[in-house]
Amino acid sequence: MKKLVFLATFFSLALAGGSMRLATTTSVNDSGLLDYILPGFTRETGVEVQVIAVGTGQALAIAGRGDADAVLVHAPSLEAEFLRAGKGVAHACLAYNNFVIAGPAADPAGVARAADAVEAMRRIYESGVLFISRGDNSGTYNREQQLWRAAGLDPRGQPWYLESGSGMGATLTLASEKSAYTLTDLGTYLFMKDKVALADLFNRPERLMLNQYSYMVVNPERFPGLNTEAAYRLRAYLLREDVQRKIGSYLKDRFGQSLFNPLFGRCLVEVQP
Amino acid sequence: MAIPWTEVWEITWRSLRVAGAATFLAALLGLPLGVWLGARPRRGGCGAQVVLYAAMGLPPVVVGLVFYVLLSRSGPLGGSGLLFTQTAMVLAEAVLAFPMVAGFTMAGVRARAEGVRRLVRGLGGSERQVLTTLLWESRRPIVAALAAGFGSAISEVGAATIVGGDIRHHTRVLTTAVVLETRKGELQSALALGAVLLGVTLVVTAILVVWGEKR
Repeated sequence: MKKLVFLATFFSLALAGGSMRLATTTSVNDSGLLDYILPGFTRETGVEVQVIAVGTGQALAIAGRGDADAVLVHAPSLEAEFLRAGKGVAHACLAYNNFVIAGPAADPAGVARAADAVEAMRRIYESGVLFISRGDNSGTYNREQQLWRAAGLDPRGQPWYLESGSGMGATLTLASEKSAYTLTDLGTYLFMKDKVALADLFNRPERLMLNQYSYMVVNPERFPGLNTEAAYRLRAYLLREDVQRKIGSYLKDRFGQSLFNPLFGRCLVEVQP
Repeated sequence: MAIPWTEVWEITWRSLRVAGAATFLAALLGLPLGVWLGARPRRGGCGAQVVLYAAMGLPPVVVGLVFYVLLSRSGPLGGSGLLFTQTAMVLAEAVLAFPMVAGFTMAGVRARAEGVRRLVRGLGGSERQVLTTLLWESRRPIVAALAAGFGSAISEVGAATIVGGDIRHHTRVLTTAVVLETRKGELQSALALGAVLLGVTLVVTAILVVWGEKR
């Protein structure tokens, strides 16, 4: 009964304030962060947020076609492109963590001994141990490509280089089953840690490993019928100090560290159109 | 379980409604077509048969993609605002269920058409009486056709993901929820949802079959 009353208020509120669509990356949704943050926004504004959780590349494609009102993604280079094309406005940096190279605890390629991320990638390349790539134009895949480029290497076509074509959770499972290395965001890794046999072999806050999450409003001039007002309200809400602190506190007790460190709108990696 | 049971029932109920509506839509067009194709006197060619049977293999992701492009705000029907709604899922799943309903109906009716026609005509019946008798005699294959259509609609995940978006409380159905839980590594929840999906399909099919046999 209580649940019914709750649902009824939930839906009546949602009807009162309308709804908006947020295209986002699986890491913020599957980790439960949005379920933790968004109900407060709906309570305050009556706006219900419909979340479509896909990879960053697909989220930007959905938004670029006018099928979402806002995006929350993590690929600065793709975001800059999105802004340059006039598809997005009001870019804001929300939170960050870092990317992690995960792999079998025995670490046959010696990734943990690498001086930096680029050397870690080179060690994987030279060892010929299996590496699972997302291969899907997600934020993580884009960063992986950036790392290979920084190392001056091209792994494509190598027999040890596999593309999973699936989300981060599924890719971690695959890497675990195959005793392979993979690049993952810290949030998904911590969330999946108990379910996979993978160690966080390279987990250092290096610049190249920085994982920054940003919010953008879809340019209302390109499509009629977008709920741009709600998109701006959600932007303001997510950047508010108390909400930012709430983002930073998410699962901190369970993992002993923040999954998402608040940025209060200050970008660590500049995203310039 | 990572998902509360109340939400499991909510998702299950939505799955039933979406697949049920899709089957209804497919039956509305597919049953008459199947009966017509099956009942007409044979005239050589089997083009319709080939097309319908081949369409049973329509890949759900491709159907989903086509609807996505059509319904997107940048697409020709963008003004409808139907993308990422249950209506879009019903439309896509109806397209997938349609060849099942029409094809199995046609096959069942055709198998009985000649015998029934000879019998009814021999007893001095009209062509209209041939059709009604034929429909009655074909009730079991028609039930099988409806069950196959419903089964293809409720078990489908590719189109549901692309045109539905797996939005919680809106377009999340059992199959997309299984994908989500698997992605999160919550295999127990994923298996439980899968069991619910199998159970629902079993119950609906049982109701259809019993309904067909009783008459």
